[in-house]
Amino acid sequence: MSTAAPLLELEGVSKRFGPVQALDRVDFAVHAGEVVGLVGDNGAGKSTLVKAIAGINPADEGTIRFGGEEVSISKPQDATGLGIATVYQDLALCDNLDVVANLFLGREEVSPGFGTASRQLDEARMEHRTGELLSNLAVTIPSLRSEVGTLSGGQRQQVAVARSLLGEPRVVLLDEPTAALGVAQTAQVLNLIRRLRERDLGVVVISHNLVDVFEVADRIFVLRLGKAAGEFAAESTTEEHVVSAITGVGAEREKNGEQEAGAGGGEGG
Amino acid sequence: MSDAAVGTADTEESVPRPKETLRRLVQGDLASLRVVIGLALIWAIFQFENDRFLSAQNLTNLMLQIAAIGLISVGVVYVLLLGEIDLSVGAVSGLAAGVMAVLNVKHGWSPYLAIAAAIAVGLSIGVLQGFLFSRFGVPSFVVTLAGLLAWQGALLQVLGSTGSINLTDPKITGLANIFYSDAVGWIIAAVVVGGYGAVLFLGHRRRVAAGLDSESLAGLGLRFGLVAVVTIVATSIFNSDRGVPLAVLILLAFVVGMEYVVKRTGFGRHVFAVGGNAEAARRAGISVNGIRVAVFGIAGTMAAIGGIMAASRLLAVNQNSGGNELLLLAIAGPVIAGTSLFGGRGSVWTALMGALVIGSISNGMDLLALSSAVKFMVTGGVLLLAVLVDAIARQQRSATGRV
Repeated sequence: MSTAAPLLELEGVSKRFGPVQALDRVDFAVHAGEVVGLVGDNGAGKSTLVKAIAGINPADEGTIRFGGEEVSISKPQDATGLGIATVYQDLALCDNLDVVANLFLGREEVSPGFGTASRQLDEARMEHRTGELLSNLAVTIPSLRSEVGTLSGGQRQQVAVARSLLGEPRVVLLDEPTAALGVAQTAQVLNLIRRLRERDLGVVVISHNLVDVFEVADRIFVLRLGKAAGEFAAESTTEEHVVSAITGVGAEREKNGEQEAGAGGGEGG
Repeated sequence: MSDAAVGTADTEESVPRPKETLRRLVQGDLASLRVVIGLALIWAIFQFENDRFLSAQNLTNLMLQIAAIGLISVGVVYVLLLGEIDLSVGAVSGLAAGVMAVLNVKHGWSPYLAIAAAIAVGLSIGVLQGFLFSRFGVPSFVVTLAGLLAWQGALLQVLGSTGSINLTDPKITGLANIFYSDAVGWIIAAVVVGGYGAVLFLGHRRRVAAGLDSESLAGLGLRFGLVAVVTIVATSIFNSDRGVPLAVLILLAFVVGMEYVVKRTGFGRHVFAVGGNAEAARRAGISVNGIRVAVFGIAGTMAAIGGIMAASRLLAVNQNSGGNELLLLAIAGPVIAGTSLFGGRGSVWTALMGALVIGSISNGMDLLALSSAVKFMVTGGVLLLAVLVDAIARQQRSATGRV
């Protein structure tokens, strides 16, 4: 775990939907080059937290610091402008377009020339950059010109993640990246997440699958009923501890005991 | 773990290559090849039945007959790419032609102004319908069905009590009746072939410069040769009759231009994206409603241009302009030639190829003096066949994981 200041830091973030307190004074942080697993039961506030960071449903209260400076995120553009990219569970890819077109959708590169609407797409440059990016990430796709609809679920997920990297983000939020994937495909996606960490990005992975979270995360952050319910170093904790934090069985003990032990790298078993 | 994953990916990559090629042939490139084969078959049958069918004169007539419908279909292709439908294009073409005729003949406007006004009418109607569809979420089917009725009424209103206006201005009638001399025809052919060659060569050089795979030189040569042969054969056919018609050049210019827009520009890419997955397009920051309004605007504009061409060929605008089966054939054409009714797949070339298929059937059956009854039933059968092929291709795509 990094000792430097966190890249993204949330302090006392709350969000209320009518009578429901979806997030209650949550403190959360991601460092550069760190993968944080965000886990919790349905309705625990995982998605709300991610949406607050991504600017889709801005937080009611609390401060957000990015790169040490206090920022306000009130709309999705604020988040992307800061360098926070989000990959949603429904991947938002166009199946009828090829990999290159999907990667650059909405930010196509055009050749220089007259007019704005009539300028030709710079396909060669886009394909070149796509090839570079995917090979850097060691993502293997049959052909950059395959329609995305022809790809497997794992390949599609990797395309969606690669797509989020084009804007040169510093933090990537992944919503259930391994849901509905087979074993081999899950392994590919987890490898990709490790490569994001190697690129010194801060990565937040929401997942229901604790096996996957333990596989890839450095730190596991548990939400329960909108509150922080525990934070564990993945190396030094066990699934049972995390599960009990998620379900709230013996939550108090975890909170007081594990947090210290995790940070200190204790045996925790 | 990581080695295993990479290994799987590698085999995944190496296996589908020949399969991928085959699939593209069956579902992609073959779609256009299918039309060419179908067209060749239709031509062979009619030529066998009546040896005047493939005469220079009849082929020139055929091209003149399809110019108007092909122009309207260009706009229809854009709407189909969104997965929407525009039932008003026939009525809009009639109304636009009516506006042009009234302004030019009754009010003495210059032909250019009258044509510009007609196009402006088509554009405004398209934008209005696109706005109603996108802003209020009324199905495009209903908005344009209402338009179909309303604009037909507007045409009757514009024409007034006479019900028919004859066009005499040479600038307007010339659109469908000007033929270029042999020399000019060959110059145009040379420009077309040379331009195509330059585009191919520059594109190839760009890809090589960027270090990307490019089509083999043999493939490029084949494509160039094919276009050159078609251009030369077409030009010599036109020249042995009355010459290269202006109407055909206008149609080709719009097909090539609008194909460029849809395949090579950011706007066109966004049209495909909205047709494929509107939600994905919205999240990518594309103004989905803006694209929709623009596409319906294009459909209205192309309908007006087609209507002007039809009026020019008929030398008149009457209460039937833009009516009858024009609308259905303008939509059927691109579908027959491979543009999907479900959105996100197709090309502007299908406007031309579809019009050629439908025009050939109609022209050939006229030559054989078949009754309207037979003509309608045959055209209906061809359309049904084409839509079935599209639906089956779609089913196969979803069966193999492609949506």
